[in-house]
Amino acid sequence: MDISTIILYAIAACILGAGILAVTSTKIFRAAIYLLFSLVSIAALYFWMQVEFIAAIQIVVYVGGIVVLIIFSIFLTQQSGKEMAKPSVGKILASLGAALFGFLFTANIITHYSWGENPGRIFTVTVDQIGREMLSTTEHGYILPFEVISMLLLAAMIGCIVIALKRTEKTLDL
Amino acid sequence: MSQGPLIPILLVSTGLFFIGMYGLFTRRNMITLLMAIELMLNSVNINFVAFNKYLFPEKLNGLFFSLFIITIAAAEAAVAIAIIINLYRSHQSIDVDDATEMKY
Repeated sequence: MDISTIILYAIAACILGAGILAVTSTKIFRAAIYLLFSLVSIAALYFWMQVEFIAAIQIVVYVGGIVVLIIFSIFLTQQSGKEMAKPSVGKILASLGAALFGFLFTANIITHYSWGENPGRIFTVTVDQIGREMLSTTEHGYILPFEVISMLLLAAMIGCIVIALKRTEKTLDL
Repeated sequence: MSQGPLIPILLVSTGLFFIGMYGLFTRRNMITLLMAIELMLNSVNINFVAFNKYLFPEKLNGLFFSLFIITIAAAEAAVAIAIIINLYRSHQSIDVDDATEMKY
């Protein structure tokens, strides 16, 4: 077992441990912080796989954007120190059973499938390559999804403004 | 693992997906439901990148799929949080069991 495998297992333990704490912690602010650790560990996994661009995007968008947004909404909607009600034992057991069954079923399929992995070929990707393919209009270009995504972001932005504005209009009417 | 790190990475992403599913089943608070969904989306991203790197190293399709998933997840989180805050203003609660007007 070489050092890179040990690092992979350490990263995997961080991801899964922080993930489990994020869904089981009864304090919502702590759950958000554990989610943050899980997302950072996933970025570390991308660095381990040598896809640095995706790792950078993961840190910028998830850690810098979504987790901050979630923490903001926690502060806007409830007291952060308040304990959340624990789910009932029956529900915990049923969910645990469903999740464990799904995990074992999928893990069984994954470990028995022959993936045809070829370690001889080397995967290198540069930001230059990604940018050229993203905006290329030829056969394997991604310009159409890129434009669709930009429309989606515009629609989401307008939608958020509309949802946030509705209440102030009502209070003005009152 | 004799055949490279693909299988451990796939097992990690499977574990993360079902952790998110467990959270989705047990939580009743909308913000924690959103956090569970983020975990599941991340596990899918790990799968796309791992397949791209270890099975089709000459292509870039998996990377683009995960880039677009990250973008859509950001838009989805923004809209979801706007809805949650609006719901909190009208119901004083973000528990899914309290929002039952459109249930039946």
